[in-house]
Amino acid sequence: MFDFSIVSSWIHNLLTGVMPEFWAIFLECLAIGIGILLFYAVLAIILIYMERKVCGFFQCRIGPDRVGKFGIFQLFADVIKMLIKEIISLKNSDKFLYALAPFIVIIASILAFSTIQINKGMEIIDFNVGIVFYMAATSLGVLGILLAGWSSNSKFTMISAMRSGAQIISYELSVGLSLLTVVVFTGTLQFSEIIQSQADGWLIFKGHIPVWIAFIIYLIAGNAETNRGPFDLPEAESELTAGYHTEYSGMHFGFFYLSEYLNLFIVAAIAATVFLGGWMPLHISGLDGFNAIMDYIPGFIWFFGKAFFVVFLLMWIRWTFPRLRIDQLLKLEWKILVPIGLFNLALMILVVVFKLHF
Amino acid sequence: MNFVLLITALLTALLLVVAALGIAKLISPSSTNPQKGEVYECGIPTRGKSWMQFKVGYYLFAILFLIFDVETVFLFPWAAVVRDLGVEAVFSVLFFFLVLVGGLAYAWKKGALEWK
Repeated sequence: MFDFSIVSSWIHNLLTGVMPEFWAIFLECLAIGIGILLFYAVLAIILIYMERKVCGFFQCRIGPDRVGKFGIFQLFADVIKMLIKEIISLKNSDKFLYALAPFIVIIASILAFSTIQINKGMEIIDFNVGIVFYMAATSLGVLGILLAGWSSNSKFTMISAMRSGAQIISYELSVGLSLLTVVVFTGTLQFSEIIQSQADGWLIFKGHIPVWIAFIIYLIAGNAETNRGPFDLPEAESELTAGYHTEYSGMHFGFFYLSEYLNLFIVAAIAATVFLGGWMPLHISGLDGFNAIMDYIPGFIWFFGKAFFVVFLLMWIRWTFPRLRIDQLLKLEWKILVPIGLFNLALMILVVVFKLHF
Repeated sequence: MNFVLLITALLTALLLVVAALGIAKLISPSSTNPQKGEVYECGIPTRGKSWMQFKVGYYLFAILFLIFDVETVFLFPWAAVVRDLGVEAVFSVLFFFLVLVGGLAYAWKKGALEWK
């Protein structure tokens, strides 16, 4: 299997050969930063294009097709349009918090983004408390949304921010419970070890019924956490203009748009990592020849295949179901998902402690 | 090394926002107009401030979330080692777990989960 840590250690040795260690690490960090930015931008472009095409497909339309072949330059035109719009500052807003909100949203998104494992040895942050760090980073994002809505001093953004706050913090509970269920099974909080433990079969195959329930809960709650799909009432355009970013213009608005799509990818990538094995190829214990053939396919192809499969699932959900009301939304979380999540956790503990799994 | 990378990611995020805003400031037009600073909302002039008393239901759910989230955070370190600790540890955590379920049941019974 292709291991990226060979490449990174080769680069490290090459650099330390010609310069002191400090500058070598500095240059590597610079390269990592540029890598994050490039990857972030490219993924955003792919995801937005995919969303438009998938949405068109579900509504029996073609989607963007005028700018360039198959409309692939539509996104670049959008980016340029966003950059050449004037950034407006409001008269009666809280100026400091108004400017701070996009920073928090992007920081939360990039921190969560850097926990993703793309290939064997190709990760940026791999803490031994990775899952807790991931949850901490994603829950920072709601702060930015609340600040954006509150500081613009407009009634619609205020309503939207409050709805969004209630929604995101509520569904975070379900995300936590479903990830906790997986942690009980794998016995580690580190993403690389969770992937390593799926070498003899992805968790969705060997994890029994509790993991299936956790996967479904995670998909629902993850969808709600990104303010998408049937849970998009913070930016219900027919009621609240554009939600918490109504008063933002140009690139300021662009940050919220960017982070929304990247959060979609992050949720999908974590689902792929935790439940579907991340970069781990499909292994069936007993069939050694089959496993050897699967190992020839590089890990990042497996990872992106799984992640984009989950992204497609989430888009499918988004364009299929009608929007929920706020009382239905909170009822779904607190009266259905949380009790099921707690019950599921208890079930998982029984399975693990009494060794009922294979 | 992990913390160096964490700081790298943080600085990258800051750089992305600052650089994009800087480019936008450079190439975007700017004009002054007293109407521009007004809140857009839905297009017509707004009445009054928006920083006012708000529905208390949202805060109630925030408090509920705080309680449950802190309790799930306590469960994480235990969940990582449950396989090694065996059956006895499960029974001692069971009481903690029951308090969690009991709290939810109490909130449900008191009607805190209803949206009024």
